[in-house]
Amino acid sequence: MTLHADIAVQLGTLDLRAELHVADGELLALLGPNGAGKSTALRAVAGLQPLHDGVVQVDDRVLDQPCAGTFVPPEQRPVGVVFQDHLLFANMTVLENVAFGLRARKVSRADARHRALEWLERVGLADTAHDRPAALSGGQAQRVALARALAIDPRVLLLDEPLAALDVGTRAMVRRDLRRHLASFAGMRLLVTHDPVDAYALADRVAILEQGRIVQTGTLAEVAAHPRSRYVADLVGVNLVTGNVVDGVLHTDRGAHVVIADAPAGPSFAVIRPHSLAVTRDLPAGVSSRNVWRGVITDIDRLGERARLGIDGALPLTAEITLAALDALALRPGDEVHVAAKATDIEVYPA
Amino acid sequence: MISGVMSRRTTARPPVVVLVLAAIAVTFFALPLLGLVWRAPWSNAWEYLTEDDALTALRLSLWCSAWSTVASFVFGVPLAWTLARVPFRGNGVVRALCTLSMVLPPVVGGVALFFALGRRGLVGQWLDDWFGIRLPFTTAGVVVAQTFVAMPFLVITVEAALRQMDRRVEDAARTLGASSWYTFRRVTLPAIRPALVAGGVLAWARALGECGATITFAGNFPGTTQTMPLAVYLSLETNPEAAIVLALVMIAISFAVLVGLRDRWFGRQSRPELSA
Repeated sequence: MTLHADIAVQLGTLDLRAELHVADGELLALLGPNGAGKSTALRAVAGLQPLHDGVVQVDDRVLDQPCAGTFVPPEQRPVGVVFQDHLLFANMTVLENVAFGLRARKVSRADARHRALEWLERVGLADTAHDRPAALSGGQAQRVALARALAIDPRVLLLDEPLAALDVGTRAMVRRDLRRHLASFAGMRLLVTHDPVDAYALADRVAILEQGRIVQTGTLAEVAAHPRSRYVADLVGVNLVTGNVVDGVLHTDRGAHVVIADAPAGPSFAVIRPHSLAVTRDLPAGVSSRNVWRGVITDIDRLGERARLGIDGALPLTAEITLAALDALALRPGDEVHVAAKATDIEVYPA
Repeated sequence: MISGVMSRRTTARPPVVVLVLAAIAVTFFALPLLGLVWRAPWSNAWEYLTEDDALTALRLSLWCSAWSTVASFVFGVPLAWTLARVPFRGNGVVRALCTLSMVLPPVVGGVALFFALGRRGLVGQWLDDWFGIRLPFTTAGVVVAQTFVAMPFLVITVEAALRQMDRRVEDAARTLGASSWYTFRRVTLPAIRPALVAGGVLAWARALGECGATITFAGNFPGTTQTMPLAVYLSLETNPEAAIVLALVMIAISFAVLVGLRDRWFGRQSRPELSA
């Protein structure tokens, strides 16, 4: 009982080839930067974007398989969608919006309205039933969109950036609400987002999509612990170094050396956490067991008690030091510094 | 918040040059109307108006323009939808063809219709032979002539609205299980309602004022094909006073419809099609 999607779509400059699996009761977040193809993947599952190759299958039912000539149109798929800006029908009342799917499926008017009202009660909006969508707040509109999508009793629920249209003030609250309401839906759920906070709060598992390819899947903790791309490393806030390990030293393309504790030879990733780095003006003493790299400070971001330094050199790094250390060293952009790391603080895993 | 922004925008002082030019434009439209009112034989107006011919022409005009508006909707909305949504080769050529009658002199349009649908016309001969349908010089012919010149106004208005509307709303309807026909009826048409009304009014107004194509294709028979504009045109030579009264009646009716519909429908045009 799963959603299985092996998606191949070429659309303008986008070349999307992504394989997704969502188990029953699972929420998979498709996380990636803008333009990676997340929404296209979602539209492919919904049937709004026909595949060019591959297959979309829910349970045992094939919904799209170009090589077999199978294509089930969106209105016949067991799939509900919550769109980015909700896309409620402005000319209908909130109740009519939620009843729309049932009416489209030939459910009698009275029955459809009755069931729609039940859904509105479930999302706590029964008192807005006769309002127009324009009268709703962003969070309310989203709950109506959710009720509308769930009212048709889909097997799969797709959510396209459900929190992106909301302003920052209400987003946290709406996210909590959404989490609660999503928990009551037992089917398969696929969430598309560019915000790791959404993925953290809502998803069981994430798939990272970059430039049309899935680069990593797993629980968010797994993905965060072993990033496999710059994008994920930036999301998590760590330095990711790629290179080749020979005799306990990782050599990067730009000729930098990273001494590591021990790791098998071959192409590898190394994660260097910003707060594990020590920054000094002069070459630190006792360098035997440590890595020391020279670089120039490009920028300084003060974040509460700590500061993040962008340092450019043979090994570009982000370092995080205390404000006290920053002031003591009187560092400014353009200053040359030494950055040191213990080999044991660097985590290495095969590429 | 949005309404606050809008009201601030409308209370901002408009540039004087624009206002002056706009005032000249209004005067340009108002003056001819005043000319008619000034020359109107007010003492005999009621007599002219209640003459059988006048009433018959008025009734026929309203009847025919209503039917040609209906015909424009029935065929024009699907045409607009096809032009806006179905990508096909020669889309531009078809659009030009279907809006050609807007720029064609109406008399030429009427003659062309005659060659096509007349009793010896390209298609008309078969209509006559097979179905016994004769359009020229009949009331149906008036409706045909009016539709020919009026429908493009509806088509271009509706097509523009279809192109502008957010098609993702239709996607949303599809994912909820709505067939494309159900989506068209329940989502697409309501979303473009202001354009449907505007296009319908334009088409109706054009049909009501239609003169050239009607007289060449349908002739000028009181009771069957003599519409108000024809009656006005012909009375100008025989009885100018009556012509002025008839013209003023037509203007009054059109004016009432335009103003009434504006308040009822166009006030909502600024309403967002989507809730944010």
